[in-house]
Amino acid sequence: MSKTIETLDDVVIRFAGDSGDGMQLTGTQFTNTTALVGNDLSTLPDYPAEIRAPAGTLFGVSSFQLHFSSWDILTPGDHPDVLVAMNPAALKVHLKDLKKGGLIVANIDSFDDKNLSLAGFTANPLKDESLENYQLIEVPITKLTLAALQGVGLTQKEMVRCKNFFALGLMYWLYSRPLEPTEEWIKGKFGNEPKVAEANDKALKSGYYYGENTEAFASQYQVKPAQLKPGLYRNVTGNEATALGVVAAAHKAGIPLFYASYPITPASEILHNLSGYKNYGVRTFQAEDEIAAAGVAVGAAYAGNLAVTGTSGPGAALKSETISLAIMLELPLVIVDVQRGGPSTGLPTKTEQSDLMFVTYGRHGEAPAVVIAAATPADCFSMAFEAARIAVKYMTPVYLLTDGYLGNGSEPWLVPNSKDLPEIPVHYRTDPENFNPYSRNENNSRPWALPGTPGLEHRIGGLEKANITGDVSYDPENHDFMVKLRAEKVAGIAKDIPLQEVYGEQSGDLLVLSWGGTFGAVRSTVDRIRKKGHKVSHAHLRYLNPFPRNLGDVLKNFKTIFVPEINLGQLAKLLKSEYLVPVVQFNKVRGLPLRSAELEQAIMDTLGGAK
Amino acid sequence: MANTNGNGEIQVKKYTAKDFASDQDVRWCPGCGDYSILAQVQRILPDLDVPKEKHVFVSGIGCSSRFPYYMDAFGIHGIHGRAPAIASGVKSANPDLTVWVATGDGDALSIGGNHFIHALRRNIGLKIMMFNNRIYGLTKGQYSPTSELGKKSKSTPFGTIDYPFNPVQLALGAEGTFVARCLDRDPKHLQQTLLRAARHEGTSFIEIYQNCNVFNDGAFLTFTEKDTKPDNVLYLEHGKPLLFGKENEKGIRLNVFTPEIVNVKEGKWSINDILVYDETSFDLAVLLATFSDRVGFPTPIGVFFNVQRKSYEQMMTEQIESVTKKRGKGDLDKLLKSGNTWVVSAN
Repeated sequence: MSKTIETLDDVVIRFAGDSGDGMQLTGTQFTNTTALVGNDLSTLPDYPAEIRAPAGTLFGVSSFQLHFSSWDILTPGDHPDVLVAMNPAALKVHLKDLKKGGLIVANIDSFDDKNLSLAGFTANPLKDESLENYQLIEVPITKLTLAALQGVGLTQKEMVRCKNFFALGLMYWLYSRPLEPTEEWIKGKFGNEPKVAEANDKALKSGYYYGENTEAFASQYQVKPAQLKPGLYRNVTGNEATALGVVAAAHKAGIPLFYASYPITPASEILHNLSGYKNYGVRTFQAEDEIAAAGVAVGAAYAGNLAVTGTSGPGAALKSETISLAIMLELPLVIVDVQRGGPSTGLPTKTEQSDLMFVTYGRHGEAPAVVIAAATPADCFSMAFEAARIAVKYMTPVYLLTDGYLGNGSEPWLVPNSKDLPEIPVHYRTDPENFNPYSRNENNSRPWALPGTPGLEHRIGGLEKANITGDVSYDPENHDFMVKLRAEKVAGIAKDIPLQEVYGEQSGDLLVLSWGGTFGAVRSTVDRIRKKGHKVSHAHLRYLNPFPRNLGDVLKNFKTIFVPEINLGQLAKLLKSEYLVPVVQFNKVRGLPLRSAELEQAIMDTLGGAK
Repeated sequence: MANTNGNGEIQVKKYTAKDFASDQDVRWCPGCGDYSILAQVQRILPDLDVPKEKHVFVSGIGCSSRFPYYMDAFGIHGIHGRAPAIASGVKSANPDLTVWVATGDGDALSIGGNHFIHALRRNIGLKIMMFNNRIYGLTKGQYSPTSELGKKSKSTPFGTIDYPFNPVQLALGAEGTFVARCLDRDPKHLQQTLLRAARHEGTSFIEIYQNCNVFNDGAFLTFTEKDTKPDNVLYLEHGKPLLFGKENEKGIRLNVFTPEIVNVKEGKWSINDILVYDETSFDLAVLLATFSDRVGFPTPIGVFFNVQRKSYEQMMTEQIESVTKKRGKGDLDKLLKSGNTWVVSAN
């Protein structure tokens, strides 16, 4: 039966189910296929901190949202067009986000009394009028999957587990996606378990054919490929991109990469990825704790490696003393902080921008460190590369801030050619003549003098250094000098980073100034407002310490500075203290990316008052 | 340092102890046991045939941790307790280096306890010298995790109420492959043990009883004074019977599982009844480690345990080599372009 095919510009789908239902996998498969079809896309995985929360409960719901389009998109979307609800809890949790009139595909087999009650429904929402503002498609996903898999030779439980592939197949049909990429993936993944492979493949196809044959869907949709810049693309998450960025940097620097880390959500994937790159000469060290990971990285830096340690907020706190040591030793070190909701354990699987103050100032003593931040998942590659470049050139620790949304979220990445990446010059000191461990070059950097180099035997340590000789010094004037010198070295990096660019008019009433992972939400919102004819400019910071050297001038060119952040105003505080400018804050700390609609409202309100 | 002579032959420079002394004034208190340890280390290094530039001394915080400043080699004076972590980074980044850790009882067992046990567990090539003076010296006299129960100190005017660690037991429990104990006042024995520790593959651990003559003077006097030492110290030697006493008249006999002290000169027991030490036996090492806590028993000095086990850095290197052999040397472009890729062509 052929149906009409409607063309859409963009679609937001959210897959939601129990944390054991395989929603992350389903979303990832849909994402990969969609990337291969050539759409632009942006994803938002959202899962509970518990590995297998009790089935059917609200807090056990795991979801994966995907925004794909035929144009250049920047966010995973505020409100889904389609909600695939594998159980009542998923419907309960996510219904409030669904667009009015949006499509609900519900697995009716899971809407039994027990699950309804676990989800807190007093009546079955599929049977009353509570969903009348939506298009509801009821599909017996579990039963259909079981029927399709009879004879494969799996247990009932194993067959039920394949139902996410049925749902995936159905969505593939609805949005005219090919099955081949997932079929290939199944072959690779379950090569040793032919029955499981067969079952998942059958479930996938059954879902697809169900869509084709059922009367429930009036039409099928397609989203044409996006007009992206020509080139080779792949879909990357921020954590994958960060890992690739440091590998690329080590390659361009011609030195080995050493990654020391302790597992922590949501940063562990960086360790997982890098530990697979052994044939690239990458050394990974899973340390006994966060402090050790930082210490090991300092040792590796001393020995001449590109040393990187990755973590999230709680781990960044533990590493703090060691970073102070690295600042005193003036060794290159990259610290990746994939920020998550805090304080304390906080919201380990959710996103936040609340470590900016901490990485800027959260060390004892006058301990200046460079802070930069990635703007999008793919930008993690560029900024990880940049962090390494700065660390090595200036013999300094550099913090790279990403966040849970960037780390787990993904987007198409225009893959660079290695020859187009800049070289990172590394000069190990070898000449013993006139060697002084704390002499300086034109960048105020001291020499990188590796153990093993004849004639360069010297001692460094956490005690204050005498200028030039590096000997222990308790001299008051020397300490004053060295404190200022270390600060000056980091501040001087401003001349080596790009000027701040402004999107839109270069001066005017309102500048929206954002940083880090909010780029997509802010830029798309500003775009929408501008399309309505309002004059609003946008500047997005990727360099936070030091700030770009023209930032003060940029700020002066606008009457009002509007700073949206997923914290209580940390960039706002830094701007106020650095430039003595008033700023209007917009702060939402929900553990989620900023929502375009409310951001638009807040900007419009500010614009109204900005005259 | 390797130099070439006029004929192009490589000559390995013969060092003396003085070559390893830095130009820094040593600032330990006069009479401190640390001086002896420093001197013995400087004395044995010329015997190792390792060029000076390949020695790295890493330390934490405490009196012992000033050690690197006094060695003319590479060194990092780190932060409290973290020396094993920093040293592990140095060693695994460049396994070619000889990496030493100078630490104390507080640095290694209290604030740095976690790094200490995990370094031993990994069997990473560090030579850990733990100066045990059973007191906090640099902070001026608080008790340490090796201070005896009831110890009166600045922070425990009425005596400690926490039980001490037995560092040798701890090191054995943490999978140490070379575990020894020495005395600052037995320089010859310390030198021999340092040499063995230096040549050991993987982590070597030496607990060095070290007198703090300012805050805990005489803590080990019974083990170092001529008249008390023979009856209180039992030297462990591989393959030799466990004898001690002024005339080696006393020995250790195993009564099934229980050790007892017997006299071999009184007729009832002969030297054939005495336990012969085997430093490759974990059982014996654990048993002997308990002696220092057993009333009436001598304290063993020497190598408790010494076995060969592949080191962390060796396995790290081998793994990199084997993966590289299997997958080929990594090509950055291939890596960047791996996974599901697609091409957007110019229209």
